[in-house]
Amino acid sequence: MSIDFDELTADDVSRHFGRRKALSRISFQTRRGSILGLLGPNGAGKSTMIAVLATLLRPSGGAIRYGTHAAKSTGSALRARIGILGHDLFLYPELTARENLAFFAGLYGARDAHAAADRALARAGLADRAHDPISSFSRGMRQRVALERSLIHAPRLVLLDEPFTGLDDASTAALVARLRGLRDEGAIVILATHDLDLADGLLDEALFLRDGRMLDAVARPEALRSTYRSIMGTRA
Amino acid sequence: MIRIAWLVLKKDLTVEVRSLEIAYTTLFFAVSCVLFFAFALVKEGKPPEDGAAGILWIAIAFAGTLGLGRTFERERQSETLRALLMAPADRPAIYVGKLLGIIALLLAAEVLLVPLVGFLFQAPFQLHPFWLAAVLVSGTIGFAAVGTLFSAMLVRARSRDVLLPVLLYPITVPVIIAGVRATAELLKADGEMALVRFWVALLLALDVVFVTLALWTFEPLMTD
Repeated sequence: MSIDFDELTADDVSRHFGRRKALSRISFQTRRGSILGLLGPNGAGKSTMIAVLATLLRPSGGAIRYGTHAAKSTGSALRARIGILGHDLFLYPELTARENLAFFAGLYGARDAHAAADRALARAGLADRAHDPISSFSRGMRQRVALERSLIHAPRLVLLDEPFTGLDDASTAALVARLRGLRDEGAIVILATHDLDLADGLLDEALFLRDGRMLDAVARPEALRSTYRSIMGTRA
Repeated sequence: MIRIAWLVLKKDLTVEVRSLEIAYTTLFFAVSCVLFFAFALVKEGKPPEDGAAGILWIAIAFAGTLGLGRTFERERQSETLRALLMAPADRPAIYVGKLLGIIALLLAAEVLLVPLVGFLFQAPFQLHPFWLAAVLVSGTIGFAAVGTLFSAMLVRARSRDVLLPVLLYPITVPVIIAGVRATAELLKADGEMALVRFWVALLLALDVVFVTLALWTFEPLMTD
């Protein structure tokens, strides 16, 4: 079964780990063709929100709806439409870049996994390093491979947790261009970051989180740093 | 399901062939275990009666526990287990792929252990090669089926190295007992084949029960 959706809705979502409230009653809606930023300091709940949206964690309360679908009832068909780039890169260091990408393309049901891997490597600008093990790559190169891994099945929902970590200026610019390309192609992109300078001008919507609670949501945020400062009440 | 299990198995074997990390540690541990028993128990060239079967299975169980822990530790280090669970594949297929990899590793260890134990403990493992293979394969499947499930379940537990044997050994006691008794019977000059057939049938029944339960529980256990 294949499913698709045009919008994503978080409805009063909470997630508790024992007595600690990692997320508390978060609600928002976003549509395809937009980039939503989850902004906040360390410990704000950004990564937990990403994990809940990815169906890796169940909400303790509330619900996530993917269009008309709920995660519980759609399972693997829904996961086929989600791509995630976590803080950890989800790559096997012993395998080559091509083997990693071909493995994940195979898991996502690509007919020709190796051809998909080659295309992904070309997009990452790493075709000449296809047969080198991931362990020999710099952090920035690994990040580029990991991004292509998360996009290898053309997901509708793209979840990125601190994707700018370890990237140099050229790689950052390439990633920003790639994210804008995904938005133009109709993906729902959700980006968790505390790097306000890199997120500035990229986001269509911004959610400001602190201590697991949503402080504010701003559409088309401009001057992100001063907006962040006024909402958080701190120096950003 | 078969395609995903094959992909996971092929990936695990490729990673292992590149690093040989689990193979070296498991084999080194298994061989050391057998040698220690040989130094302690073989007196003036005479091994203890019926000792070889027990020592073979102790080595398999201990080495298997080490291999099980390392297999999932590897998935934890790069958080690749999350990527596996995010894939739209049936999660039991991922379990089957990991299980087959561990069985392959344990069978490779047994290929080395059987002649070593046979040599050091003067055990005639060559008397019934077909039945010996049946006992080892069915016993290994049962042990690995429970071990793979528990290793995956404990991958995020802080004290997983302690918890794995604590959980694994009590559950797999019937497998180990059946394996030891069947192997001991095979090593007797006048061993009763009816008894061997009984123990092998019990091992196969345990395999069916353990694999079925693991396939049934893997998805809910790995969610969250």
